[in-house]
Amino acid sequence: MSSRTLPLLFINLGGEMLYILDQRLRAQNIPADKAKKVMNDIITTMFNKKFLEELFKPQELYSKKALRTVFDRLAHASIMRLNQASMDKLYDLMTMAFKYQVLLCPRPKDILLVSFNHMDAIKDFVKDTPSILSQVDETYRQLIEMYTPLSSGEFQLIRQTLLIFFQDMHIRVSIFLKDKVQNSNGRFVLPTSGPVPHGTQVPGLIRMFSCTGEEFTRLKFNNGGNYTTALREGSFDIFGDRVTKLGTNMYSVSRPVETHMSGTSKNSAQHTKVSAAPNPLAKEELNLLARLMGGLEVQKPGNADTGFRISLFATDEEEEEALISRPDELSYGVINIQATKDQQANAELAKIMGEFTESGDQSPSVSNKGDDLLAMMDGL
Amino acid sequence: MYHKEKSIQIKNSASALYNNLSVLRIAPRRLTHFTVVHANMVNMVSASWDGLNYTHRQLQSKEPNVATSTSLIMQAAFCVLPSRDLLVVTSQKGIQMYESDGSIMVYWHALDTPETPTAQAVFARGIAAVYENYICVGVSSGAILVFDVPSKGSNITLSEVLEEHKESITDMASECSGSQECIANLVTADDGGNLCVWKSGEEFQLLNKIPGFDMSCSSVKLWKGTAVAGYGTGQIRLYEAVTGILHAEINAHARWIYSVDIAPFSGLLLSAAEDSLVRVWHMTITPETNSVEVVHLHNECVTDTQICGARFCDGDGYAFAVTGYDLSEIIRYIQS
Repeated sequence: MSSRTLPLLFINLGGEMLYILDQRLRAQNIPADKAKKVMNDIITTMFNKKFLEELFKPQELYSKKALRTVFDRLAHASIMRLNQASMDKLYDLMTMAFKYQVLLCPRPKDILLVSFNHMDAIKDFVKDTPSILSQVDETYRQLIEMYTPLSSGEFQLIRQTLLIFFQDMHIRVSIFLKDKVQNSNGRFVLPTSGPVPHGTQVPGLIRMFSCTGEEFTRLKFNNGGNYTTALREGSFDIFGDRVTKLGTNMYSVSRPVETHMSGTSKNSAQHTKVSAAPNPLAKEELNLLARLMGGLEVQKPGNADTGFRISLFATDEEEEEALISRPDELSYGVINIQATKDQQANAELAKIMGEFTESGDQSPSVSNKGDDLLAMMDGL
Repeated sequence: MYHKEKSIQIKNSASALYNNLSVLRIAPRRLTHFTVVHANMVNMVSASWDGLNYTHRQLQSKEPNVATSTSLIMQAAFCVLPSRDLLVVTSQKGIQMYESDGSIMVYWHALDTPETPTAQAVFARGIAAVYENYICVGVSSGAILVFDVPSKGSNITLSEVLEEHKESITDMASECSGSQECIANLVTADDGGNLCVWKSGEEFQLLNKIPGFDMSCSSVKLWKGTAVAGYGTGQIRLYEAVTGILHAEINAHARWIYSVDIAPFSGLLLSAAEDSLVRVWHMTITPETNSVEVVHLHNECVTDTQICGARFCDGDGYAFAVTGYDLSEIIRYIQS
């Protein structure tokens, strides 16, 4: 629907991913310098200029599969490694967190404030590294330029587009259940109390006017809730108090990140399985992905000593168990196309590789880059 | 005043779209059709009045070219004309019109979609059947397409394009009191909260423009010459359509309103919003004396649900139905 949704989806999901990885790096006692390198590498990749250029172009939202593939790639943009089960869980947490934030936003425009909360936190992660900091600042400017002129109706369209993306996702998240913001059936709690959105009046008043415009009577009614007047508006500038807490970091070392697989909605029609036969839809997504991936720098893991594995589970056994017992309808399915046999995909990839060598990027040899792209396309 | 009845289960959950529920009551066959949009599909369920039979049907949005990405549906609405009833479905690609039971598609109108996506989204939204034999549909550019519908067959033609709104059309409604005396018989609304009031005919005539305050009007109805509009701020305003005089302003909801509906025989008004609440009001409108009064009657809370559709099931408002985002059921309420 809205062709301006993807940047917000990507930045907010990326922000949640960083919160979770940061928590896991500390929980697993990864040495500070390694942890910092991981965070810096991922953030550098997230805000890569070419990548963001593609992202900010007007376009329809990617499918769940395509977006999952992008985040798989992003999570592996450093020396850190994640197993399939941990990656699945990471993605579940990211998506449910952002779904929660989108639903609870008092006004559609507040999604931009949520995005700024994520951006503010990302900026804090890299405050000691000027080169990455400037990339992040540039992104703030792009967000402000693209989104602040939009009307309330256009923001609602963006919100509705995001809600279609998140439709039927009811994965239970331990931290949400504990805080009582999510019910045991996976649905979020929508309170009928608290401050009304900025620009809205507390419900309860009917005013009637004569033909000359004079108010001749007013009636009160019971609004069935417990509302208070709106808070001040958050800042839409590069700096400022965002007022809303949505989009700020809710994890800390002492709060574990668990999800529950059982009891999810039967109507998970959105999670389609990957079929072996190539279909026209997948081909177009592949083209889009290839263009996007072309902007992502490929990081070789380096020697075995520097690489390490992060888990989203307390023990390896739990991780194994999670992988085996994950219900079919919740499998994300990475795009699985025989790139070597697909003429069109080959042409597209060749074009990307050509672009890289022409632009003179400092990069590993062309064949390595192609291998990585193909390896990713063939399904991690 | 109302109590909850047995819900109707639907095959998919409702998407968060304005006015995401349409109801058609077919008295001779003692059944009611309901339609709810889920992404690129319309879920249709026909419920017999004795509550024993439920038939389901799903309609997909039409894509002229399979290789292109999915076409999301913005709205589905029943259009009741003197000679026939049609189901109109609007999407990112165009407008489909079906026989009211969803069995046959009788007409397809493609929108001009650009090769590469533009910053401004392209879609059709806002549907109304207008006296005497017109179906009007809004477009994201602000244009309104007027289709001339013959009493039977598929020879539907585009009769006129009305270009008055500058922002995306959100909703539109025709005069529902059944009175032939009303001068205005169509009101159209846009994302800026602006309302246009029209008189139908071979050439539609613009009677009045009521400016908005840069706050989207998501749902509008027209009854006894009064335009009833629901806004993103949660306010409902009642305007005398032809003059633009504001007769009533209600701080009705704590969140964005998604649906307003009127029961024309009784003057009951239904409003529903993202705040989980459905409210029932009563309007007393006397056009002769220009007097408009509104009172609040009843609240229903659909816990933890952002409501996206609410409609009366009959002209008296004896029953109403509600849909919510991520909910796979149509919740029904009946007067106690």
